[in-house]
Amino acid sequence: MAAVLAMVARGCGGVWRRLRQRCAVRPGSGPFPRGERAVACNARGGMMSAGKSGLTPWIPVVGLEIHAQISSNSKLFSGSQVQFAAPPNSLVSFFDASLPGTLPVLNRRCVEAAVMTGLALNCHINKKSLFDRKHYFYADLPAGYQITQQRVPIAVNGSLSYSLCIDNKMSQMVTKTVRIKQIQLEQDSGKSLHDDARSQTLVDLNRAGVGLMELVMEPDMCCGEEAAAAVRELQLILQTLGSSQAVMAEGQLRVDANVSVHHPGEPYGVRTEVKNINSIRFLAKAVDYEIQRQIEELGNGGTISNETRAFDSKLGCTVPMRDKEGKQDYRFMPEPNLPPLILYDAKSLPANMNHQQVINIDWIRERLPDLPSVKREKLVEQYGILPEHSFTLLNEDGLPEFFENVVKQTQMKPKKVIGWILNDLLSYLKQHSLTVKESPVSSFLLADLLNLLEKKEISSTAAKQVLATSLSAFPHTCKQARDLIALLLCYVEMLVTKWDGTEDAAVTEKNWCLQGF
Amino acid sequence: MRVLSLGRWLRAGRVPPREPASRPSGHRHSGHRPQGPPQQKVSVEVLEHLEHLALVDFRDSEGVERLQKAIQFADQLHEVNTDGVEPMDSVLEDRCLYLREDDVTEGNCTKELLENARETVEEYFVAPPGNIPLVKLEGQKTFLQGSK
Repeated sequence: MAAVLAMVARGCGGVWRRLRQRCAVRPGSGPFPRGERAVACNARGGMMSAGKSGLTPWIPVVGLEIHAQISSNSKLFSGSQVQFAAPPNSLVSFFDASLPGTLPVLNRRCVEAAVMTGLALNCHINKKSLFDRKHYFYADLPAGYQITQQRVPIAVNGSLSYSLCIDNKMSQMVTKTVRIKQIQLEQDSGKSLHDDARSQTLVDLNRAGVGLMELVMEPDMCCGEEAAAAVRELQLILQTLGSSQAVMAEGQLRVDANVSVHHPGEPYGVRTEVKNINSIRFLAKAVDYEIQRQIEELGNGGTISNETRAFDSKLGCTVPMRDKEGKQDYRFMPEPNLPPLILYDAKSLPANMNHQQVINIDWIRERLPDLPSVKREKLVEQYGILPEHSFTLLNEDGLPEFFENVVKQTQMKPKKVIGWILNDLLSYLKQHSLTVKESPVSSFLLADLLNLLEKKEISSTAAKQVLATSLSAFPHTCKQARDLIALLLCYVEMLVTKWDGTEDAAVTEKNWCLQGF
Repeated sequence: MRVLSLGRWLRAGRVPPREPASRPSGHRHSGHRPQGPPQQKVSVEVLEHLEHLALVDFRDSEGVERLQKAIQFADQLHEVNTDGVEPMDSVLEDRCLYLREDDVTEGNCTKELLENARETVEEYFVAPPGNIPLVKLEGQKTFLQGSK
């Protein structure tokens, strides 16, 4: 006990200093952080003024191609394991290495994941879809072709709704929709490590054959902000469904952006493809940079070539990729080793087939979890919070549950609780790069504090100070120890220092902290 | 201008366009082999494109001639009237596509796989840098380059 108090006393000075500093609330903690905007995109019209008077405006057009790695135990056409980090070439079967005599065998789970995703994105599910071969030579593609679904994919004609704030204010949110052209199942390729020093490429086939869902979006977007918001919403949907973990940093969600600009009334301009985008923030930057680059190039009388460019995150710009030589000829042909994929619904269910061999679209549809948009509506309806609050809540893993737990345990109205969650708690977590699970203050503790505030036993200022103090105490210890130490800290603080609140409030706060024992 | 009838179809990835009513429909040719479209020489650009795609090298005129004959042979397919008939990809089209359970049943054979490779570095396969180039023998140009 004495040791703990001593430790606490040592930490006191710093804590007190931090308490004095204003806790800056991060502005616009929406779906993505608002950095500097290279491009002023009117969320309503999508048109941008050229900046100089007398010139016709440019309309940017952005289309995304997204590859989401399917969350499954084994690969799309073989029984080797799907795992992120593993010794090189340890998760490779003979089929993945394209040894002669091997054949593809379709993984049921991958089909279900694709159907779930298609249903969640309002697509029409093709009851009969076909597999094709897409041929190109690359060291990480041992077969020389990739099995994909080019002609008749598993899902077509869907839509994705997303929201963004206009004019940098959280209070004004507008909902937009991007059409999904198709969703197809395809194989992932292996990984190449380029060793320029020894002029060779090292190939690891662990990733070769992993199931991917390729989502092709129509070019309905007009700027980086829209693209980022759409991808963020898609990420939340995929994570809710469980069809993909969609972590961009681990390569489970890869986004390529197709960007072009044209004058109103004229046909679409030549598009460039931007690759190597590793986060949602970089996606917005890359798209905006590319739009700006194309406008400047065309404004100077230059032309845009139909090329592939890589986004350099350090420089914040796109650069031409050396590797692509001219237009690829993929020589699509039907995959001869796989018959058509037939899906059923409640009406067309065959009578005498083995259940394991049948995929029922209606069965999957009934079991879809609540999508993020539905969850947000429920939160707004049930707790009376603002729509933009529901966005911020769902944007953080575990925060909706934390909020609901606090609400259950306190008499304070949810509309007031949300302020504490989003302003005080979340801003602290963000500043210190903590997840909700790592929060130094539990929902129980916060609820208790808010109860005191509701009963007017402490002032709002005092409550804020106590919360801030508790948060700054030992953030990385285990939960119970954290709570205990936070309580101790409060007690010591109050005994040693003077609070801004009244004498009564100080005494009550001491009692509150002691209650925890 | 149909320089390479099949090639164009394959590149576009589509079903070849049906010949308009210039041919008699349902007409069977027995014995006599029709000429089909006018015999064009395969152009150098197309051959270079094919070389690049297939990573093969047409060493001499005999190879090109053989290719020409192969194309001519395959062009006979155009004699069949397929108006209103859905293309068949595979004789398996009526079979059931078997669905496998999502269990890990394979893998962990790094040593066996690497045995096949000529060169390995710390359990990685070694490949030439960048993309796979067309192997060019020193001092000997390809037939096509020589014929330019």
